[in-house]
Amino acid sequence: MTDVSYEAVNARKNEIMKAALGMDYEAFETSPIAFDYEAMMAAPGYSLDDIARIQRATKVGDTPLHELTRLTRAVRATCEPGKGATILLKDEAANASGSFKARRASISAYEAEKKGYAGMVTATSGNYGAAVASQAAQRGLKCVVVQEVYDSHGVGQPEIVEKSRACEAYGAEVLKLTVGPELFYVLLRTLEETKFFNASLYTPFGIAGVETLGAEIGREVQQRYGKQPDVVVVTNAGGGNLTGTARGLRAVGCPDTSVVAVSVDLSGLHMASDNDFNNKSFTTGHTGFGVPFASWPDRVDVPRNAARALRYMDAYELVTQGEVFYVTELLAKLEGLERGPAGNTSLTAAVALARTLGEDQLVVVQESEYTGAGKHHNSQLSFARARGIEVRRGDPADNVPGKAIVIPERLDQVAGKPLDLSRLRNSYLKKAAQVHPADQWTADDMAFLAADTNTSVEDVLAAASSLKEEK
Amino acid sequence: MSGVELARPGAWVEVESTILTPEQRAAGLPSDTAATPLTQWVNGFLQGTAPAKVGDEVTVKSIIGREHTGRISRINPSYHHSFGETVDEILTIGTEYES
Repeated sequence: MTDVSYEAVNARKNEIMKAALGMDYEAFETSPIAFDYEAMMAAPGYSLDDIARIQRATKVGDTPLHELTRLTRAVRATCEPGKGATILLKDEAANASGSFKARRASISAYEAEKKGYAGMVTATSGNYGAAVASQAAQRGLKCVVVQEVYDSHGVGQPEIVEKSRACEAYGAEVLKLTVGPELFYVLLRTLEETKFFNASLYTPFGIAGVETLGAEIGREVQQRYGKQPDVVVVTNAGGGNLTGTARGLRAVGCPDTSVVAVSVDLSGLHMASDNDFNNKSFTTGHTGFGVPFASWPDRVDVPRNAARALRYMDAYELVTQGEVFYVTELLAKLEGLERGPAGNTSLTAAVALARTLGEDQLVVVQESEYTGAGKHHNSQLSFARARGIEVRRGDPADNVPGKAIVIPERLDQVAGKPLDLSRLRNSYLKKAAQVHPADQWTADDMAFLAADTNTSVEDVLAAASSLKEEK
Repeated sequence: MSGVELARPGAWVEVESTILTPEQRAAGLPSDTAATPLTQWVNGFLQGTAPAKVGDEVTVKSIIGREHTGRISRINPSYHHSFGETVDEILTIGTEYES
């Protein structure tokens, strides 16, 4: 009988993954740290048009791009004359299953069906589970979602419980787990038992699916406004949303568009802590995912992560929980759009950024997500209050994750704050040196690291010599 | 036996199982998490011919036909999440009260 102990299953990780992906990552490896990223991204062999066609068949893509005129006017009323960029919103809630994640799931489902897998498995705490379940349903595939739902007392945030319900609504089997990174072990065991396809968020399929999102924005903005978007803001967690969007923008002639990552600041809360689990008030789009994944992408359920956000981001903005809840309420009241709070993370930064840009500039918020019982800012706030977290209006600078959610009193207090990209880059290079000592980095390694951190070979060289000194 | 709810064979139930005991868990976990087991819940149709109650060790067949064993934690499990109690701090946002 197969040994299914934690150690034995983890030891079989590589063979399980190879069988569950139908893809051999070793072909792209060039050294312990470098690999041929573009060759890996090209491996699925689908053009942007192919992807759009696949997505249209399962109710994904071609979502509306709304100009948020009343919100733009409200922001302009808070800035100096001539400032206040126009804010646009790509209404991704219109995809089957209610979020942009359908784009990522659609290509995996297509691939799984084509390769003859009977079903798909995914490990996720988010909208992605519902997206995989919805896409699997449309292709007659079975689906298992492995989800971190509860703390050790069996309590789950309303937002996460709702996402569990949605997976079941689309016909998936949901394995609901308590807190912990061993979710990955359950994923491996399930892949081995079922022989299903691993619908990982981090395969080239998962990212190719998001490229149409960037492409749709780039094309429509150029058509309607006769120019590239000045800024596209992207809610950042695992990095796939940003990677795919940036690649799509570049593919349709928007190389000058600045791509800004945005996460909810959850500093101080530990992501694997049973006690902190339900005190986050956000289940995704936060720094608990965004920062570690940007500074070391290869911490995922596939050998090489296709989502490499640091390659593509021009800046990183942090927003507070209270700021996001404020803007979520404002979107409903001013624009008549009631959408889920996590998806409005980048909208919050867009408000702050628009204030610093000229009136003739365009800021595009590239996603929204569905809302409803549980997945609603009032659900999350009410849950937080019941757990003893203070909820009040005030200066968002006083927001303390897990202790106090401070909702701004006025729009001009929605400010966000920048996260220094050099911090992420240094942390990435430090990790790279742990994997493969800096004094052994070849010219090819340096070129890869420069591309992966969106810096120059000179910058990597300088970092390498300071890492050697530290040693 | 009165008062004890029984699940008939074929009933939709939730089963709970321990995937990893605290001793079997991954190294490097925060101490609060490390002290707890990794627990799993999954829904399915009760297998076998005997009725069962909460706490009984049973086998279920999930909605996609996979079998799982565990202790019944809920019979006819449902969702109770909602919009929560009204948080009145957000009501006035975007209204004339704050214009």
